[in-house]
Amino acid sequence: MRRLADLYDALDSTTSTNAKVDALVAYFHATPPEDAAWGLFFLTGRRLKRLVPPKALREWVRELTGTPEWLFDEAYAQVGDLAEMIALLLDQTERPPEPEELPLSRWLEERLLPLAGLSSAEQRERVTGWWHVLPRRELFLFNKMLTGELRVGVSDTLVVRALAQRSGLEPAALSHRLMGTWAPSRAFFEQLLGPDVSDGDRSRPYPFYLASPLEQPVEGLGERADWLVEWKWDGIRGQLIRRQGGVYLWSRGEELITERFPEIAEAAASLPDGTVLDGEVLAYAEQQPLPFSRLQRRIGRQKLTAKVLAEAPAAFMVYDLLEQDGQDLRPLPLRERRARLQALLRDRPLFPVSPSVEASSWEALAEVREESRARNVEGFMIKRLDSVYQHGRKRGDWWKWKIDPFTVDAILLYAHPGHGRRASLYTDYTFAVWNGEELLPIAKAYSGLTDEEIGRLDRWIRAHTKEKFGPVRSVDPVQVFELHFEGIAASPRHKSGIALRFPRIARWRVDKTPRDADSLDRLKELLHVPA
Amino acid sequence: MNVSPSLDRPPLVTVTSDGLYCPAGGFHIDPWRPVARALITHAHGDHARSGSQRYLSTRPALGLLRKRLGADANIATLEYGERQSLGDVTVSFHSAGHVLGSAQIRIEHRGEVWVVSGDYKRDPDPTCEPFEPVRCDTFITEATFGLPIYRWDDTRLVAEDVLRWWDGNRTLGRASVLFCYALGKAQRLLGELARLTDREVLVHGATQGLVEAYREAGVRMLPTRLVSEVEKGTSFAGALILAPPSAAGSTWMRRFGEYETGFASGWMRVRGNRRRRGYNRGFVLSDHADWPSLLHTAKETGASRVLATHGYSEQLARYLREHEGIDAAPLSTPFEGETDETED
Repeated sequence: MRRLADLYDALDSTTSTNAKVDALVAYFHATPPEDAAWGLFFLTGRRLKRLVPPKALREWVRELTGTPEWLFDEAYAQVGDLAEMIALLLDQTERPPEPEELPLSRWLEERLLPLAGLSSAEQRERVTGWWHVLPRRELFLFNKMLTGELRVGVSDTLVVRALAQRSGLEPAALSHRLMGTWAPSRAFFEQLLGPDVSDGDRSRPYPFYLASPLEQPVEGLGERADWLVEWKWDGIRGQLIRRQGGVYLWSRGEELITERFPEIAEAAASLPDGTVLDGEVLAYAEQQPLPFSRLQRRIGRQKLTAKVLAEAPAAFMVYDLLEQDGQDLRPLPLRERRARLQALLRDRPLFPVSPSVEASSWEALAEVREESRARNVEGFMIKRLDSVYQHGRKRGDWWKWKIDPFTVDAILLYAHPGHGRRASLYTDYTFAVWNGEELLPIAKAYSGLTDEEIGRLDRWIRAHTKEKFGPVRSVDPVQVFELHFEGIAASPRHKSGIALRFPRIARWRVDKTPRDADSLDRLKELLHVPA
Repeated sequence: MNVSPSLDRPPLVTVTSDGLYCPAGGFHIDPWRPVARALITHAHGDHARSGSQRYLSTRPALGLLRKRLGADANIATLEYGERQSLGDVTVSFHSAGHVLGSAQIRIEHRGEVWVVSGDYKRDPDPTCEPFEPVRCDTFITEATFGLPIYRWDDTRLVAEDVLRWWDGNRTLGRASVLFCYALGKAQRLLGELARLTDREVLVHGATQGLVEAYREAGVRMLPTRLVSEVEKGTSFAGALILAPPSAAGSTWMRRFGEYETGFASGWMRVRGNRRRRGYNRGFVLSDHADWPSLLHTAKETGASRVLATHGYSEQLARYLREHEGIDAAPLSTPFEGETDETED
């Protein structure tokens, strides 16, 4: 585990991309494959299933260090990270001068993972035992793994670049091999860096190609005829795989969601073997997409009852054909892939091909874009017809041209401390609008301000606190912020009766007084006016 | 809860809009506005403010105070432990171990003793006198780091870490820019490093004058040179540069070419604090008392009542009350910013 701790420190103490890649390459060189596999598992953002409830960890460390609960909470608000909090509190106990060094894979396979089957008392005995002997840095990492929170803060792109340097393989091939689920084992790591390309795993998805936001005038893209324009559907981006008798539906977050959408899985069973589709899972009825909130309701359900399925029937709106007859089509131009796609999916109602928007000029297109909200879409996707299917977010060939968000002027009501880098700063805010003479909370938002503004607002919050509820503070309701959001839905669970989608802070409106903030009635009007 | 006999008498020290005030003695302590008579615990800017008619401080602090308050300021001094009558009380200064010349202030009035700790630490520091525990009835303690996550490592280990970092950067041909407060922390680092090496350190202009004041007081430190005195065109590769945090991100930094940044502060104990400020390295080094020292000191004074001020005063007071059986309360001062970015 010491190597991982060294790598963690090296990555943590530099902002230079090259220095990070160098540190990763050195790690992959020096580390035995069975340990490097686990390192890679964490570096690519994978997590262990939670082994011990965080509540239990809090209790154990409080008992061990004699820290009362209120004091733990006060300190935790400054640290913002349970794993670090535990490491800091335990720093008072004596540690062995020459700690035992156990390789990462053995830590995980012989110690951490077996915790899953143990009683709470047995877990406590083992975990607190390790707490006493681990050196400080390893203690922190150990806690991170234990709480399923170990994120190292490097992008997959950098990890792939380092692996490519280490192995001499193409980055594209490596990122493909890293997709989907894999077991962090010696065999996996050796295969990953090996020359063999006959990919063993039939469920493995291709890396998604992601569009970049269009920031320049659309005319700058050149000839309209060179581009395919589609609606930007508002669902869950997914990849549907039909291989060797199996069906796999992956979300963009590389999560298998096949079982969440049985109607799609069932229909996919009749696709020819060796087919991979890129598309969007939508709530869909009578050849029309339903609002995202319908799909969201379904995602939230533990059990898919007949009623849930009927309320939000799903379909897979298809964008692209990535594999046909087991052959990787990604190097073909989009024009060609799309022609094959249309031929393949003729007469399959659950697999509509995302239609091309047929406005003949950019100008005409801009006009059609105004219909987006009425159509429950987020704007346009613009794809170069000659483009191959790349991976990651590569600028140039795929653009998203989103509609302008909704806006509301709301008043800051509560502030909560942030986490990680922003612990000890008030960075999470609750905003309210007027309902007659009272203020009703409508949204929480924690992004959109610059570091400088966050610092300024933090100081203001501390100086204008009305009440403290544990780490949360209520403040004088005078600061007005312009919020942007993507959608609005009725919600009986919220006191305001509405829920906003993706609310974020657009601007701190120092020019506005609380009386200038919006009313709940104005927001509720948006429920009925889609465009 | 103990009921202190002193509760029956008017308090020896109160909070006013100008700062801590001793009515029986007719003086303020570290006032933030000009007053008639100011007793100064130490020379940091948030404790020693100009404009008062008369100042009283320790003799070792005089050089630093002159720099802060100007040549015209009317400053009288006492040796540590020397007593003086002011109004109806007797005052004396006792070392606080915070920075050169720093003091706690002991106030005695008809057999009752109060001590105002000012800023203090218990860790050894080669650049100032060690903290002296003073028995008292009421102890006004600072609480800058009054949470149990704050504990300091042995300073020598931290100094070794700094040297390793400097050496590592030297090997890679980079400069090491270490941010630290210009008064106290910079000299303490120079003093600690002098045990491990004899290399020259470059310093920012804001730091150099204070380093000289320490040298005049006889403190042994590494040799220093002003960054601005380095000849044009000289490479800074391999150099260690001490600079105040305000220099971070300024154009002054451009001359160093390729460099790594570090920050020496107690706040660096929490990872989020370091990451938020974007330093490459954080060295946990503070001139304030850590949590164990705060508890230990409060008990060691034998005080039947403890008032906590600055930083996590509510938390420290509550803990002392509920877990140490000491009659403790926060002493809130109106102008105090909250914990976060205060000088340490």
